[in-house]
Amino acid sequence: MNQIHPPTHPESSTNTKNSDRPGTAGWPLVLASLPLILFLLLPLVGLLFRVSSTMLSSSLKERQVIEAMSLSFSTTLTTVCLTVLFGTPVAYLLARKNFFGRTLLDALIDMPLVLPPAVAGVALLIAFGRRGFLGPILGGAEIPFTRTAVVLAQLFVASPYYIKSAASGFANINRELEQAAAVDGATRSQAFRTIIVPLSLPSIIGGIVMTWARALGEFGATIIFAGNFPGRTQTMPLAIYIGFEIDLQIALVLAVILLSISFLVLAIVKGVLGRQLSPL
Amino acid sequence: MQGRKPQGNKTIKMLFIFIVGFLWILPAKSMFAQESDNGLTVFAAASLSDAFHSMAKHFEEKDPGGNIEFNFAGSQQLAQQIGQGAPVDIFASANMKQMAEAMKSGRIDSASVKIFAHNRLVVVFPKGHNGPVRALNDLTAPGLKIVLADKAVPVGQYALEFLDRCDRSASFNPMFKDSVLRNVVSYEENVKAVLSKVMLGEADAGIVYFSDVTQSALTEAGMIDIPDDLNVIASYPIAVISDSKHLARAKKFAEYILSDEGQQILAQSSLLPVNTTPTPR
Repeated sequence: MNQIHPPTHPESSTNTKNSDRPGTAGWPLVLASLPLILFLLLPLVGLLFRVSSTMLSSSLKERQVIEAMSLSFSTTLTTVCLTVLFGTPVAYLLARKNFFGRTLLDALIDMPLVLPPAVAGVALLIAFGRRGFLGPILGGAEIPFTRTAVVLAQLFVASPYYIKSAASGFANINRELEQAAAVDGATRSQAFRTIIVPLSLPSIIGGIVMTWARALGEFGATIIFAGNFPGRTQTMPLAIYIGFEIDLQIALVLAVILLSISFLVLAIVKGVLGRQLSPL
Repeated sequence: MQGRKPQGNKTIKMLFIFIVGFLWILPAKSMFAQESDNGLTVFAAASLSDAFHSMAKHFEEKDPGGNIEFNFAGSQQLAQQIGQGAPVDIFASANMKQMAEAMKSGRIDSASVKIFAHNRLVVVFPKGHNGPVRALNDLTAPGLKIVLADKAVPVGQYALEFLDRCDRSASFNPMFKDSVLRNVVSYEENVKAVLSKVMLGEADAGIVYFSDVTQSALTEAGMIDIPDDLNVIASYPIAVISDSKHLARAKKFAEYILSDEGQQILAQSSLLPVNTTPTPR
C-alpha cells in the first residue's frame, strides 16, 4: 500500500486516457465545475486588470521592487537546490525502505504542509534563534533576520512538496528493473542514477516546481523568523503585505509579477511534463 | 471502464446532494445566530489588546446582550480593511493618520471621532542576560540588533520621530538616528511582534508603547524610559462606524471607554487616560 499522495500527480495513466477522449465531459460536469473555476480565476484576473502597463513599468524601476524580486529569486533558487540535495535521500528512503517508523517519518514530512506557516516561523525561531535550543551549538552564527533565515523558512515549508512528489515517483518504479540492473553488475548508485532518476524525472521536476512555487509565496514563517528588512529579508510576499499598507501600487505590481511568473512556470512545466508522459 | 453501474452513480449523486445541501444550511444557521444578538465587532490597534479585553469584560457585565469581538492588528491594516467594507462597529486607531485613512471610506462621521487615550514610547531590551543596552545612548553600539515597527505602523512612525528629536537634542550625537537605524535588523508589522522578538532575546532592543510592557512582559524584558522632551505622545482616536447594525450599543461602548470607569481600566493597562493629558507636543 502506497501511502504517498503527491500534490501533483500528472503520471496517472487513467487521467491521460480520459482527457484524450473529447466528449466525455458533458455539460453537467462543466456546469458543476464552473463555480470553483470562476472563484479561483476571478480574483487573479481582477488583479491583472487593476494594474496598467505604465504602472508596471514605472514600479519596476523602484528600488524596493527590484530588491524584493532579486531577493525572492536568489533565496528560492537556494531553497530548491538545498531541497534536491537533502530531500532526495529522504524521498528515496520513504519510497523504498520498509522500516520501523516509516509512517512516523511520512507524517513528519506532512507536518509543514498542514502547519500554519506562523507556527513554523515561531518554531524555527525557538530552534535556531540565538537563545533557541540550537543557539549554543550554533555559536556566534546568528540566523534570525538574515538571508539564511529566509532560506530556512522556505526550506521548512516547501521542501515536503518535493520529497512527497519524488518519493511517489521512486515508488512507482518496478523494483525488478533495479534488480535486473544489479544482476547486470550495476552498483546501487549506478542503478539510482541511470534507472531510477530518469524514470521518475517527471515526479522529480514536478516536485521541484511545486517546492519553488511554494517557497516563492512563503510569507508567514519568513516574517516571523527572518523579519522584514528591505533588501535583506523582505521577499516579494512581504513587500506586498507591507506595501499594501503604505504603497498600494508597489503591492499591486509585485502581486501581478508574482502571479504571472508562478502561473507561467507551472503551466509550462505541466505542459512539458504532460507531453513527456503520454508515451508512458 | 465504459460506464459505471447505475447504482454507484446514484450513491454519488445522493452524496453530492447531501454535501451541497449541508453547505447551504451551514452559513444560514450561523448567520441567524449572529442576527439574533447584539454583539459588537471592534477593530482596535494591536497595542490596545490588553486594555480592551478587560474593557469588554466589564462592559458586557453592565450591558449584557452579546459578546464584543475584537480584531487586533496594526492600525494601518485595520484602516485598509474598513476602507474595503469590512463589517465592523467601532474603530480604535493608534493615531489620527490611520483614522483619517479609514474616514476616507465615508463610513465614519467626523463628529464621532474622539481621542480616548494617550500612550508613550519606551525602549525594551531582553532581561536576564548581560544585554548591551542599558541606556538610550547604548542604542548606537555597532553590531547591536534593533527591531522597530515598520513606518506604516503608527508606533514605527513615532519611533522615527523620537529618533529625530534625539538628533536635535544637545545630549545626543547629531548622527544618533543614523547610527541607530544602521542597527535595525527588521521592521515588524505590528508593535506586539517587536516586543515578542525582544522577549525571545533575538533582538537586543526595540521601541514599543509603554502600555505594551505588561507585567508578564516584564518577566522577559526590561524597560528604558524615554524622557518627556524626547518622547512622542501617541493619541488614540475612537469612532463608531456609521453603517453599524448595532449603532446604539456601539455608541454606548465608545461612551463607556470615555467614562471614568473606562478610563480607569485604560490606566490599569498602562495607557494614559485623556483627563490627565500629558502636555501633547
